[in-house]
Amino acid sequence: MLNVEPSSLQRATAQAPHLQEPKVVAKDVSVYYGEKRALFDVSVNIPDRGVMAFIGPSGCGKSTFLRCINRMNDTIPICRVTGKITIENEDIYDPSLDVVQLRARVGMVFQKPNPFPKSIYENVAYGPRIHGLSSSKAELDEIVQKSLERAALWKEVKDRLNDPGTGLSGGQQQRLCIARAVAVNPEVILMDEPCSALDPIATAKIEELIDELKQNFCIIIVTHSMQQAARVSQRTAFFHLGVIVEEGNTEEIFQNPTDKRTQDYITGRFG
Amino acid sequence: MAVETAPMTPDSALSASRKNEAIRARIKRRYSAERRFRAYGIAAILFGLAFLVALFSTIFARGYTAFQQSTFTLSVVLDQAAFGSSAPTPSELRMADYTKIANRAIQQALGVDPNNKADARAAADLLSQNADTQIRKIVTADPSLVGQTVKVDVLAHGNVDSLLKGQFDRSVAESRRKLSDKQLGWLDRAIESGILTKKFNTGLFTYGASSKPETAGVGVALVGSLYMMTIVLLVAVPLGVAAAVYLEEFAPKNFITDTIEVNINNLAAVPSIVFGLLGLAIFINFMGIPRSASLVGGLVLALMTLPTIIIATRAAVSAVPPSIREAALGVGASKMQSITHHVLPLAVPGILTGTIIGLAKALGETAPLLMIGMVAFVVEYPSTPMDAATALPVQIYMWATAAERGFVERTAGATLILLAFLVVMNVTAVILRRRYERRW
Repeated sequence: MLNVEPSSLQRATAQAPHLQEPKVVAKDVSVYYGEKRALFDVSVNIPDRGVMAFIGPSGCGKSTFLRCINRMNDTIPICRVTGKITIENEDIYDPSLDVVQLRARVGMVFQKPNPFPKSIYENVAYGPRIHGLSSSKAELDEIVQKSLERAALWKEVKDRLNDPGTGLSGGQQQRLCIARAVAVNPEVILMDEPCSALDPIATAKIEELIDELKQNFCIIIVTHSMQQAARVSQRTAFFHLGVIVEEGNTEEIFQNPTDKRTQDYITGRFG
Repeated sequence: MAVETAPMTPDSALSASRKNEAIRARIKRRYSAERRFRAYGIAAILFGLAFLVALFSTIFARGYTAFQQSTFTLSVVLDQAAFGSSAPTPSELRMADYTKIANRAIQQALGVDPNNKADARAAADLLSQNADTQIRKIVTADPSLVGQTVKVDVLAHGNVDSLLKGQFDRSVAESRRKLSDKQLGWLDRAIESGILTKKFNTGLFTYGASSKPETAGVGVALVGSLYMMTIVLLVAVPLGVAAAVYLEEFAPKNFITDTIEVNINNLAAVPSIVFGLLGLAIFINFMGIPRSASLVGGLVLALMTLPTIIIATRAAVSAVPPSIREAALGVGASKMQSITHHVLPLAVPGILTGTIIGLAKALGETAPLLMIGMVAFVVEYPSTPMDAATALPVQIYMWATAAERGFVERTAGATLILLAFLVVMNVTAVILRRRYERRW
């Protein structure tokens, strides 16, 4: 963690990294599943080129909120979202906005590694192909290689790009999914408990990778592991029962929580 | 718990040993119950297998003889006189008296005097009534044969065929037999000299309907069934897959779609004869498509297969894990793209299996075809799906009701052919499922 480049080191030590111009701004976001309300007026500013962690007990709404940011909740028929979320001052719930375009800008990595049952190459090439990001095979090859390199997977798979992606180990599959998300060059990457299905070694690799990726992307990660939040994020928001109880620099949240509930949660008294 | 930590008194030790006994008895009962359950299962399977074996062995025992047919190998004299000239015109070729030529040939082969009217008649009766057509076919195909003597395989009469297959009872009084003692004598000699033999029955696969068993075959029925299966594939698969994908992926969940869903499941259970009535009312009476046409049959069977395909496709589509859809949507694929690029390819094995099983069901379906007049006496091959045709199971049904001995074995033989098709289709379905099955 110490051998990161100076600029990111600076950012990590800065009091509030880039909060003067946040990448994602949520204002009074509420989510309803039918009659049931899952989120209550959540407002948060998420900085660019950094990692924001959402922590909190199960069912507190952190994943629900994460899925609002790329409008994945649209796929659930009974789900209704109110409030406003902007990415670079653009309202993502604007009716004129194309949700497919949005998802190209906001990539997502899921809890369980979910590579397509196709070759490793096809997994990574799929996004660029449907968005027409490459005009030739050579260009596509380059995107695939670069994305796999960015996901720290290239060395392990470069000789078997045509093997099925589902044949990789769990940790490799998850990095493949990260490569797939990175390949369309998104601005924001959402990670929904990306390490919960992985062993500690694979988890360490992913965390290292997140640390690398934050130089270029705005990363938002939902995690159940407080250590992980402490290790990878610069800012943390603590969710509880559908509200953000506390949000701030990671160090402060973990060392000096102002709210009693945050304190109880991070010291393991509930959750 | 307090009970467990209480000190062991003689009293409680006694109750503990009693308890152990009760437990042991219960365990024993449980084991014997499990054994009984397994025995019931095995018995049920054996029962089913026994019926299957009985069914197949009776069909096979009755049917295998249908694949052989008794044939006379005759030296046929194609005398110029019979054709009028040495270079007969096509009409002369067609009009020549081939029956006479055939009769001469059999009389000569059996050593019967053609001038003895009774004997000549008796000898001619041993040939199939189709013998003239067989010779005509050979001659019209090659007119240069006129004036020569050629070896021709001519079908024997159905009664002769029964004799060769051991289905003829010689002990019956001559007056009540279909073959006289004299005829039997000739035939025994013919068998000895090798001019009367059993050959592989290609006619079973090529002939159409006939009132004579030796010239009856499933050719027309096979073509009819082929047309119908093609129509079912072309109509039911695209419609079924589209309906299933729409219902599964796009349709909102509300009262209307729920009703549609329930009714599709109901439709799968509707007796097939009802589909036949529907076809009769809509395709024949309303739309005016000719009766007995394979087009009508195909459309009716397509309607019947549709629910099966829809149900199978829906199951296959919903079996694709949601994580794959999410992954596709997550990289910015549209809903349509996520379905066509990922969900459908993964669902293809399931769709194929459902389709093949639906087709197999349609192939064996008889009742609706009876309603739309496909139970017809069709001799000519249908050249288009608009022509009259029959289907394999209907052919079986028609032969099963025919009187001659030769049709009994043909009924079983055709059943074997149908079963062979069904087995091939089902095995294909299993292989496809095994081969393309994916694990996540």
